[in-house]
Amino acid sequence: MRPTLRRTWPLHLMLLPALAGLVVFNYVPLGGIVMAFMDYKPWLGFDHSPWIGLDHFRALFEREDSLQVIWNTLIISVFKIVFNLLVPLIFAILLNEVRIRLLTRTIQTMVYLPHFLSWVILGGILVNFLSTDGGFVNRVLGAIGIGPIPFLMHGDWFRFTVIVSDVWKEFGYGTIVFIAALANVDPALYEAAEVDGASRWKQTLHITIPSLLPMAIVVGTLSLGNILNAGFDQIFNLYNSMVMNKGDIIDTFVYRTAILEGNFGFATAVGLFKSVVSMVLIVGAYRLAYQYANYRVF
Amino acid sequence: MYHKTLPYRIFSVFNTAFLSALAVICVIPLLHVLAVSLSSKAAADGNLVGLWPVDFSFEAYKATVSNPYFLGSVWISVMRTVLGTALILLVTVLAAYPLSKETREFRGRPVYAWAFVFTMIFNGGLVPFYILILKLGLMNKFAVLIIPAMVNVWLIVLMMNFFRGVPRALEEAAFIDGASHFGVLFRIYLPLSLPALATLGLFAGVWHWNSWFDGLLYLSRKEDYPLATYLQTVIVSRDMSSMNFTIEEMELLSQKTINAAQIFIGALPVLLVYPFLQRYFIKGLVLGSVKE
Repeated sequence: MRPTLRRTWPLHLMLLPALAGLVVFNYVPLGGIVMAFMDYKPWLGFDHSPWIGLDHFRALFEREDSLQVIWNTLIISVFKIVFNLLVPLIFAILLNEVRIRLLTRTIQTMVYLPHFLSWVILGGILVNFLSTDGGFVNRVLGAIGIGPIPFLMHGDWFRFTVIVSDVWKEFGYGTIVFIAALANVDPALYEAAEVDGASRWKQTLHITIPSLLPMAIVVGTLSLGNILNAGFDQIFNLYNSMVMNKGDIIDTFVYRTAILEGNFGFATAVGLFKSVVSMVLIVGAYRLAYQYANYRVF
Repeated sequence: MYHKTLPYRIFSVFNTAFLSALAVICVIPLLHVLAVSLSSKAAADGNLVGLWPVDFSFEAYKATVSNPYFLGSVWISVMRTVLGTALILLVTVLAAYPLSKETREFRGRPVYAWAFVFTMIFNGGLVPFYILILKLGLMNKFAVLIIPAMVNVWLIVLMMNFFRGVPRALEEAAFIDGASHFGVLFRIYLPLSLPALATLGLFAGVWHWNSWFDGLLYLSRKEDYPLATYLQTVIVSRDMSSMNFTIEEMELLSQKTINAAQIFIGALPVLLVYPFLQRYFIKGLVLGSVKE
């Protein structure tokens, strides 16, 4: 039976809505990338704005503010990637040792919660919760003689807060894949180890951790694609002029440059730089994940 | 048996306590907000509220639900979540079915698959998209909140993987009985995919309810804002013009308690929905990542 158009036309038809959406909202905007090479002025449009070659990219690597922004992005995202891999991994291993089903489920439900709340909600909460002016955390710290700590008012503390609060929001959700991988470990391995007199620590070291390694490699490599994504929603809803120097990232910089300052050309160039670097990393990461863990998306 | 040894028992006690503490830390900020929203102005402004309301008061909620801007934005959020999720599910199911076929059954598949994958790895960035919305005339229209979001490649991949788990014998039998592809999709695949639909519906619904940036970027009138955008402008950016209070009211009410009440109402739908769907989204997520 050879597939012919007569038999497969419904399949093409089914793909039409999604494909139309992709073309309009994903492929057509790619044409707008030419703005990165133009001194784009909205009132001149694409036809009459002057071409300026690579000037925007030269500026990107010469302007002090854009270099600082790239550096901020890298620092914040690298810490996020490392801790968002390690914390869920360790948490899943520890949770696996809790034998009371009801307790395990309750803990899981509670740690998944922050993932589902938006950074608008969490930003609104954290700005008060972490404030130096009677915020809940500083009151608790004050009671044991620490602080007040300017979590959101001082550059270095701001980076710390951004990283910790992101791990706080996402680690529970990150454990899901590891808990699933643990459920797939063959119980016979543990039974055999038990017979051989291995302690629980030895079992963890030689059975549990090796069984989680493929999943950890997949999660780790795939998150490399996010190295220039330090989290727009989070930073935008937490930052202020006091921490701009150490807290501003590529995405917030692009937003302000384009929408607030109207410098569309430069903002497009910065965005394009981010897209290209991310694409290289994503493609590389997927190849690695495929080679080492046989992971495929499509 | 390691369970019975003393060191393991000591570890077990500490481990359980540690994990429980972490779990509590995950919900503490929300408990604090709830407590503040139910406290009196004096207690909230004096920073006296911890995890339990002080001078219990419903005033902040009364003020919040009598604010027309707030109510209007809730309505817009409900509309966008319901319509937007329905649209995403429709587009996703329709696209996932052909993509779940093997290349020998559907020769166009690799080309389509690449068209989808490419959008996951490369995009034009914020500015070209903004100009596109401008040129399409979608600025300040409700449709800007749902149309551009209708194709979500991740959800299509999740659904495609689920469809691949449907036994082939079922559809082969249906084809022999003369069923069409549409018939197979809607009569066989969909009824078998309700858990997956619930998962994707949850993801899409939460995404729509939480989305705020599109509203901020593409809508300029405050009365058009969805709740998330309204909360962003009022609470995070502290724009008071849409709070709609007289000076006398401002004296009676604390900004802190009202903000807390608005935040809590904004989080409430998500809090109510996700525990019930927990079983499903775990399945859905695992489906997308653990493969043999």
